[in-house]
Amino acid sequence: MEHFPILSIITFLPLLGVVFVLLTKGENADRNARNAALWVTVFTFLASLILWFSFDKTTADFQFVEKTGWLGDNINYHMGIDGISILFVMLTTFIMPIVILTGWDAIQSRVKEYLIAFLILETLMIGVFCALDIVLFYLFFEGGLIPMFLIIGVWGGKNRVYAAYKLFLYTLLGSVLMLLAMLYMYFQAGTTDIPTMMQYGFDTNAQTWLFLAFFASFAVKMPMWPVHTWLPDAHVQAPTAGSVILAGILLKMGGYGFLRFSLPMFPVASVDLAWLIYTLSVIAIIYTSLVALMQQDMKKLIAYSSVAHMGFVTLGIFAFNSQGIEGAIMVMLAHGFVASALFLCVGVIYDRLHTREIERYGGLVNIMPKYALTFMFFVMASVGLPGTGNFVGEILVLIGLFKVSIWTTFFAATGLILGAAYMLWLYRKVVFGELVKEDLKAMLDMNKREVIIFAPLIFFTIWMGIHPSTFLDFMHVSVESLITNHQAALAAVAETIAH
Amino acid sequence: MYQIIVFGPLLAAIIAGLFGRQLGDKGAQAVTCGALVLSAILSWLAFFQIALGHTVDHVIIMNWVTSGDLSFDWGFKVDTLTAVMLVVVNTVSCLVHIYSVGYMAHDPHKPRFMAYLSFFTFAMLMLVTADNFIQMFFGWEGVGLASYLLIGFWYKKPSACAAAIKAFLVNRVGDFGFALGIFAIYMVTGAVDFETVFAAIPGLQEQTIHFLWMDLDLITTICILLFIGAMGKSAQLGLHTWLPDAMEGPTPVSALIHAATMVTAGVFMVARCSPIFEFSPDALAFVAFIGASTAIFAATIGTAQNDIKRVIAYSTCSQLGYMFFALGVSAYGAAIFHLFTHAFFKALLFLGSGSVIHAMSDEQDMRKMGGLRKKIPATFILMVIGTLALTGFPFFAGYYSKDMIIESAFASGSSIGGYAFAMGVLAALLTSFYSWRLIFMTFFGESRATKSVQDHVHESGKWMIMPLYVLAAGAIAAGFMFKEYFVGHNYEDFWGTALFLKDAAHNVMEAAHHVPGWVVVAPFVVMVTGFVIAVYAYILRPDIPTRFAGTFTHLYNLFYNKWYVDEIYDFLFVNPAKKLGTFLWKKGDENIIDRYGPDGVTASVLTLARKFKALQSGYVYHYAFAMLMGVAAFVTWFVGGAS
Repeated sequence: MEHFPILSIITFLPLLGVVFVLLTKGENADRNARNAALWVTVFTFLASLILWFSFDKTTADFQFVEKTGWLGDNINYHMGIDGISILFVMLTTFIMPIVILTGWDAIQSRVKEYLIAFLILETLMIGVFCALDIVLFYLFFEGGLIPMFLIIGVWGGKNRVYAAYKLFLYTLLGSVLMLLAMLYMYFQAGTTDIPTMMQYGFDTNAQTWLFLAFFASFAVKMPMWPVHTWLPDAHVQAPTAGSVILAGILLKMGGYGFLRFSLPMFPVASVDLAWLIYTLSVIAIIYTSLVALMQQDMKKLIAYSSVAHMGFVTLGIFAFNSQGIEGAIMVMLAHGFVASALFLCVGVIYDRLHTREIERYGGLVNIMPKYALTFMFFVMASVGLPGTGNFVGEILVLIGLFKVSIWTTFFAATGLILGAAYMLWLYRKVVFGELVKEDLKAMLDMNKREVIIFAPLIFFTIWMGIHPSTFLDFMHVSVESLITNHQAALAAVAETIAH
Repeated sequence: MYQIIVFGPLLAAIIAGLFGRQLGDKGAQAVTCGALVLSAILSWLAFFQIALGHTVDHVIIMNWVTSGDLSFDWGFKVDTLTAVMLVVVNTVSCLVHIYSVGYMAHDPHKPRFMAYLSFFTFAMLMLVTADNFIQMFFGWEGVGLASYLLIGFWYKKPSACAAAIKAFLVNRVGDFGFALGIFAIYMVTGAVDFETVFAAIPGLQEQTIHFLWMDLDLITTICILLFIGAMGKSAQLGLHTWLPDAMEGPTPVSALIHAATMVTAGVFMVARCSPIFEFSPDALAFVAFIGASTAIFAATIGTAQNDIKRVIAYSTCSQLGYMFFALGVSAYGAAIFHLFTHAFFKALLFLGSGSVIHAMSDEQDMRKMGGLRKKIPATFILMVIGTLALTGFPFFAGYYSKDMIIESAFASGSSIGGYAFAMGVLAALLTSFYSWRLIFMTFFGESRATKSVQDHVHESGKWMIMPLYVLAAGAIAAGFMFKEYFVGHNYEDFWGTALFLKDAAHNVMEAAHHVPGWVVVAPFVVMVTGFVIAVYAYILRPDIPTRFAGTFTHLYNLFYNKWYVDEIYDFLFVNPAKKLGTFLWKKGDENIIDRYGPDGVTASVLTLARKFKALQSGYVYHYAFAMLMGVAAFVTWFVGGAS
């Protein structure tokens, strides 16, 4: 390895945290363990800033590449990031300290195990976005399921086992198919190297099946309709920190997968099957928005809204133009901040009253003005108000999609109206009104820890809305190259058919 | 300078909003009022410099978004149209800020209120100074947010919360059209900044756009989509339902947002897009039709309302209709002129009614008022000035602008112009009637209030009355002072390139000066008629209205119940959406997807597991371990296959 293995260090730093957590002993073990986890995640974030500042935005090539022999002759330990994946790595390292802070007081049982699960999960998530070998990718991608399964199953709510199972069953279905597809691809291309595969050009007929196999896995992860029903249950049962990580990062793996695998490796199938994606996404947007409108559980409502937002992501990606794809990435990043924050908002009052039922609340603005302001901000961000990152993402997606399919845009844009309906209804029920319920009267406004958690999320949401170039500049070259390669692949196929 | 005008109120809003508790009420009021006074003064300077100095300013602050070939900035484009809006917005806003100091004196949340007002002003300024469609959309949604927050300011009232949500959602329906219009513009011109788009439009005539099974005329489609946005914001027929409910907000809000500024954003937008609309006669006819219909529709409802603020709200709706049909007959100058004068007298009427409500211990029902003339004489005189201006009494502001609109409609010579003319005259009759009805019910006759309310009637303090005098001066003078610039001989010098006419030789406002005598007299005659009917029905024979309502029950109920539009919408959209939502959730997610998906699989797995009870330990760890083993098995299999 000719240079400093910065990517590996960032990826595996959290595992060092696991060691620290295991070493804590005695009376203050829990507190020390929390501190250790927090410092390790903060340090990981600081380390990832090195990537941010030394990244070369003028090339579409993978950077900070590490490649070394691993399993057998063909499978390498191959890591690297481009202008797309760096943003997800940053999102992950940025969200993690917040996640650790979230469970600070709420989790009192099996604290060490809890922290270990999250630290392992961080390693696996960063790994997903850095891996450049499909075996490595598959390990990270599926491995993430285990800690998530445990987080829901051990620290979750009443129905946790059911939720954990649902998550497991859905994901299993997708991953089996993806694994089969990967095997096939390996036998075809003779390599497991992702950059090589991106240039390989799989047989046009096989592409459809490969695409559908990968699609099964990514669609579950996104999640897309109709394989979305695990998400509301998982969110409802997961502890707040689990929901944050689920909404903030895990949901983005599907979108990332489409960008890294489906579009470059199966360009013909992507175009041929775009109608399928459009249909499912539009159904998702309208269907889940309507369902969200009728929810009585706060977390369920936000979970359904996530499905609708992810519909915009898939639409943007399969618009195959720079506005659509860059918009999709922006929606993912913005949703990472805003949906996390919304689950944190639910967490704040859940920690005080231990219920997520909307009807149990009302009139909180009277005693929790800081909370009311924060919640209002994220509600507005979630409905895509201009000036927030969500707006930039959604407008780019829709503007890109309009060029490709007017009617899809037409139906997708109705989501803007429905989205406002359920979010404003939620806010009104919880925050506005007279404070009449006795048990609410003793609730305290946000404490210092909670303010510290929300401040950076608010700051970056506005930043993304007002000066999105900071983020867009990273992806321009990579997205352009993705589109160029995609079109070249299509042209090559068209030429073969012509002959 | 423009940076101070626009960002001053934003800064004030942030300071008052976040540090209200530290600053205290006085501090928050001083910061926001100070910022607005400064903005107002600078706006007038800008007005003289731009509109009277015949220049156009374009300031780019920074790039906002670049993606592929799409790029737009944060920037200010200040031409005469923008300068007029700056003056309207900041003058009224400044006066409303000052008025609010008095009006909200007993409210515990003064800093929050002032912060919202200033934030609204900022968003409105972003809207009018935008140099591209997306920034305009930013301001557009921003004022929607401010409106939502201010309507729901008294969050303890369920009706206020419901009205706030309704306002936001109905506006979103409009924004949906607006956004699609922007997308279409970008698709065909490759840009979203005004300059490039307007330059490209003439080359796109005769082109079509394919939607579903139809081939639609491109420019007409774009215009209609944009206009749907304008209909939402400006409460035009179909999307008007939120405006009367918005009266749940504090009265200063009604004056600023729901009369003088925000609701005129739609008029501004169509005027700004005149280089697009001019190339689609069909779209213009549509605008004129909706405008004229709204003018008469809202006026009919106004005659049957008893809430003092709702009467004025429907009046606003109706007057906005006038502005739109002026736009529809290409009398852009007249539309903006009416926007300009209307801002003064309608804000005056609203703030005056606020003064009445204040005097009546927060009573808004006119049936419980009466005889206030002697008790609050200053408010009475100011309200009469506002009414004279609204009904178009000669030499008051409304006289010049409204008559100009009616004459332009006639002069346009088209059939839709004829319809607009007829509706405009008819609506003028109703306007006069309901306006004087309001005055008579409130200020004349015997007081119908309870004893305790009567004892508390008092004239408003100086903070509330002073701004009214300024507005009254505007309601009197804004017409004759500016008519030559807006619609008269200085038209071309004044507007420059801000308003576009495809056929500049046939300026409809020029033709309006040469209409037959009866057309000129008609509005005056109906205005007097309306006055006479109101005098007869509400002063001379007070039993008439009840008898009328008794005889024409159906007509009265139709007007009183606002043509049942809310009920129709509930039936058509709201209830089906709720039912569908429940259906999809209970039947779709739970009964179909889950039942045949994961639950079905789990059930069969469990059945299987029961047969192998030994394996069924029930601990989550064991399952996790099994999963880990599974993954390990996959990898082994994989590696085995690889080597």
